[in-house]
Amino acid sequence: MKQFDYVRPATVTEAVAAAAQPGAAYLAAGTNLLDLMKGGVSRPDRLVDVTHLDGLDQIETLADGSLRIGALVSNADLAHDAEFARSYPAVAEALLSGASAQLRNAATVGGNLLQRTRCAYFYDTASRCNKRAPGSGCDARDGENRSHAVLGWSESCIATHPSDFCVPLVALGAIVEIEGRGGRREIALDELHRLPGEAPERESVLEPGDLIVAVRLPPAARGFAAHARYLKVRERTSYAFAVVSAAAALRIENGRIAEARLALGGVAAKPWRARAAEDVLKGMAPTADAFQEAASHALKGAKPSGDNAFKIELARRIVLRALTLAATGTPARIPALPASPFASISGALHV
Amino acid sequence: MSELNLTSAPAHLRHGSNIGQPLTRRDGILKVTGQATYAADNHPPGMLFAVIAAASIARGRVVSLDVAAAKRHPGVVDVMTPEHKPPLAIDPEIKTNPFVFRMEALQSNEVRYANQPIAVVIAETLEAATEGAALLAPRYETLPPLVGLDAGESFVPPVVGVGNPAESYHGDVEAGLAAADKQIDATYETPPQYHNAMEPHAVVAHWDGDRLSVDMPTQGLKLSLARIAELFGIAHDKIHVRSPFLGGGFGSKGLMGGPPVLGIMAAKLVGRPVKLVLRREQMYGPVGHRAPTRQRLRLGTDTEGRLTALDHHARTVSSTFDDFYEPAAGASHTLYAAPAIRTSHDAVRVNTGTPLFMRAPGEATGSIALESAIDEMAWACGMDPLAFRLKNYAEVEPMTGRPFSSKALRACYEQGAARFGWAKRPLQPRQMRDDAGLLVGWGMGTATFPALMFQAEARAAIRRDGSGVMEIGAHDMGQGAWTALAQIAADAVGLDIDSLDFKSGTSDLPDAGIAGGSAHTATAGAAIHSAGAAVIAKLADLATSDERSPLFGAGNAGVIAREGRLIRRDDESRSESYSEILARAGVAEIEARGTGAANPAAMEQYAMHAHGAVFAEVKVDPELGQIRVSRMVGAFAAGRIINPRMVQSQLFGGMIWGLSFALHEEAITDRRTGRIMNANLGEYHLPVNADVPPLDVITVEEHDPHVNALGIKGVGEIGITGSAGAVANAVWHATGVRVRKFPIRIEELLTQL
Amino acid sequence: MNHSISLTVNGARRDFVLDDPRVTLLDLLRERLDLTGTKKGCDRGQCGACTILVDGKRINSCLALAISNDGADILTIEGLARGDQLHPVQAAFIAHDGFQCGFCTPGQIMSAIGMIGEGQAGNDPERVRECMSGNLCRCGAYVGIVDAVLEAQGQMDETNQRRSA
Repeated sequence: MKQFDYVRPATVTEAVAAAAQPGAAYLAAGTNLLDLMKGGVSRPDRLVDVTHLDGLDQIETLADGSLRIGALVSNADLAHDAEFARSYPAVAEALLSGASAQLRNAATVGGNLLQRTRCAYFYDTASRCNKRAPGSGCDARDGENRSHAVLGWSESCIATHPSDFCVPLVALGAIVEIEGRGGRREIALDELHRLPGEAPERESVLEPGDLIVAVRLPPAARGFAAHARYLKVRERTSYAFAVVSAAAALRIENGRIAEARLALGGVAAKPWRARAAEDVLKGMAPTADAFQEAASHALKGAKPSGDNAFKIELARRIVLRALTLAATGTPARIPALPASPFASISGALHV
Repeated sequence: MSELNLTSAPAHLRHGSNIGQPLTRRDGILKVTGQATYAADNHPPGMLFAVIAAASIARGRVVSLDVAAAKRHPGVVDVMTPEHKPPLAIDPEIKTNPFVFRMEALQSNEVRYANQPIAVVIAETLEAATEGAALLAPRYETLPPLVGLDAGESFVPPVVGVGNPAESYHGDVEAGLAAADKQIDATYETPPQYHNAMEPHAVVAHWDGDRLSVDMPTQGLKLSLARIAELFGIAHDKIHVRSPFLGGGFGSKGLMGGPPVLGIMAAKLVGRPVKLVLRREQMYGPVGHRAPTRQRLRLGTDTEGRLTALDHHARTVSSTFDDFYEPAAGASHTLYAAPAIRTSHDAVRVNTGTPLFMRAPGEATGSIALESAIDEMAWACGMDPLAFRLKNYAEVEPMTGRPFSSKALRACYEQGAARFGWAKRPLQPRQMRDDAGLLVGWGMGTATFPALMFQAEARAAIRRDGSGVMEIGAHDMGQGAWTALAQIAADAVGLDIDSLDFKSGTSDLPDAGIAGGSAHTATAGAAIHSAGAAVIAKLADLATSDERSPLFGAGNAGVIAREGRLIRRDDESRSESYSEILARAGVAEIEARGTGAANPAAMEQYAMHAHGAVFAEVKVDPELGQIRVSRMVGAFAAGRIINPRMVQSQLFGGMIWGLSFALHEEAITDRRTGRIMNANLGEYHLPVNADVPPLDVITVEEHDPHVNALGIKGVGEIGITGSAGAVANAVWHATGVRVRKFPIRIEELLTQL
Repeated sequence: MNHSISLTVNGARRDFVLDDPRVTLLDLLRERLDLTGTKKGCDRGQCGACTILVDGKRINSCLALAISNDGADILTIEGLARGDQLHPVQAAFIAHDGFQCGFCTPGQIMSAIGMIGEGQAGNDPERVRECMSGNLCRCGAYVGIVDAVLEAQGQMDETNQRRSA
């Protein structure tokens, strides 16, 4: 790990000023950053430690019914907050399906939003990677790429965003509060991450010094609590990144879908909100046919970036399943295996 | 000094109270309190940290290293390179015996595989050494690497595994296939796998003049010591190797590799103690792995489902600079009776670290292919897979016609099937669902592993206070040697286990041989057994020749040793304690040595194998293709069980490795660069707790009078065999989709579900 | 640059000067405080061998900078037993053979204690498996680990009930 200066600012303003310098990086829990630094993928000159800042670890309900989550709230504390889990069950389920209990205890809400891709070529400093070393090329494009993007990728980058948390958040229209050199501003989470285009090194719209201070779920996000699921296909039962995942949330009134929210994970450089599919479902009865049609819309424009055509079909099926599960209703308790196809622990056999 | 080899002497003369008991681990408290000292836990005064810089190319040459940049980093003491290193006494490329493998000890600038050590940075702190290694920023001359099973011209290796012929024949396979009523011809692929013991390879080396002390995990203390001695040109008695605990070995710590040698060299270079620990990603190269294979199986059966021929060919790889060939097809030698069996191997050379023994080398890789093929053949015959296996049950070893020294496989099939409920299995695939709608499948596999013996020596002593000592340089890598061997030792000297001082794990003790081949308990146990008998014989001599002893004149009637007393066999009322015998004789301690080794005559006469039957249930999501094993039952017959608790754990572990073989493990190599793209534990998937279902192990009683004095066959590796195939066959039974490339991936199932 | 930091480690306050901000909690414990019970299996948050409790919560100490944890209360495997009296989780790991080589064991035990404190798994083996999935065991001692955790948790619940009664 490269030598760095360690700075522990006393206020958010100090933090922003310290982190706006070239070569600076924010340190929260460090569960992703330290991993990247150990691998030589990130080599910051200065770490601005925000973990000692006051006031960023609160979960509060605002007067208008929004929920405001401080950027330093840990993934575990958020998921295990009973009120939160009741109101936003798909988000809690997604959180609990990510990483391990140890990592969830440390990792923060703000950090989760900004976690870097798991693309092996990004991690392997001997490989060409436009994200890590702009302009060097993309060794993933013709490499071992069965887990890479099928939506929104470009010739310069086929990496995916690995977050589980972001998938239901983006579906529910979460808003990100940012403190920057120009003061405070807020943007939709859906606008935080950029697709790679010609500049995959620019992963988000954040400017130097920008600090995510909170994530807000708007009042409408509560309306889906009765019909919301997160589903994640993995190559081992736990402690694995998604091959593909989906968050589905429905507001069902009088047997019809009044509003649908749908997003995919593990398919693109950002959590992928499937608005066209949401529109298809509006006003429909929650039937298999409707969900099939939504699934096709969700994957419209998908194309393999390599040895990964199966992910398109898998994504289509997972959307269908997630919608079906959501329509069935949110379970009273988060399943033993959160977001897993094996969530049911029933063992009865039918031969 | 009295020496006695008890391999042909009767073991049952002394009925111990320790063997067979499910004692908890004797090192348990140390391990649960963090007090067990693994190599990297040592920190002698003045110690420096050494970190390897590893090649990022698979083939070529290092043209430059920025040594100056590394040395400028605060705390960096020195940088060891091919140009700046202490001399070795012999070229590490020279193979002085078949158990010596070529290693990288900075002997040249050539790069032969990715992750090969190319320099070592030594610093006052771990942080400085680590960054120093990064600052070397090597430049290379790169050549196109050889990658994959079709990398070049194939050849037939002179031997596979350890000294086995690459090709073996029995009967006329082509005639058998031609005469068959039904045939299958199927090709299976297995990936490169890495041992990934939880403990990374580590060494703490400390030179004191020409004396060397080394802390490092090893499965072969004396072999390591001999290799160090020849490389550094020092006498054996100047070297002390300590390996009291291994954080797992699985074959990767059996033979001395390059990294510990580099640590010892670094200590010599800087004249201070040095600790060198491999980073996890650096374990994917210089410390061995299981080579990939492509295996073609051709089977034929007659109209009644009897095999007419079994042809098993395996393609594998070795490195460009040394030879180890995964003996995969050997799995077909022992299990199924067929009038014609042929096994053959060929290989190509690739730019990889040399493959090595990895838990059930050959047997694991071969077993998943063979057991899949047997399942396919059974289906082709319309037969239940268990019925098919019973129909082709080998009453004698098929290739040689030798009788088995013991073989309780039929009982394994019966007991395992009964416990699992196999009889209810529908013959057709894709017939079962659970109430959540998941596809359910049942599969089975036969397990087998040879009962091997190496050579070992032990020293036993009885002290005047009546306590005993047993010394043997054995290895506990988690299998429970400290406990099981101490149990054997306690019985061998007729003492309660708590009255015995069991010393092990250092190189100054008698040679226990290598902890591998599932042979350690048998081999070291036989040596212990024999040393114990020898010391008891000496004690008995003292007593029976002394008129003052109640045992005087027992002579040929003999005595037995039990609970610290010698007892006259034909009159148990006449006995004397060890301490009384020694006190009267005025002796402080008597000692004796014993050895353990295979009995060549018995090996000639009998085929010696452990066996088992594994049954697995998997669930598969019918649309998404994700797989989960929901239960497994394994029934194993492996001769005498010394400690049922530890044996169960070993078998559980093996079954989990089998599950992992079928569903998880694979090193993904970039075909262009030869670099492993998932050289970590995040993306190289080992099973996590949630992957492992309730497991059930049955140990089937088996008395084997031929394998060794104690009747032990070994359980370290057999659990993988059979299990991998059982899981793969269960996936087929759940889905109707036969996947022949392992691990079974979602995409292989998805489109066919 | 030197940084003064203060930690409570296994109940004892430790003040010291850190000469390098790169030092992780894991390397601090192992290489500078001579607490080598906590193990390094991957150094990248992918195996769980380095699990310790920080302010009562289980984390991977390999991915935590010591300097950032200034002021934290740390519990490691060395701080569990009271003399010869093992912690119930330690005793249960022995009784159920919840380990073989023992290298992942300190992390498994600290993780189990953290998990029991979190109170999410209850006595459901499936939840225990999921909640203990951050700790790899290459020997494959998972069956014993789950049994040990369930038994120890039961004992600890009983003890707590007795205390509160």
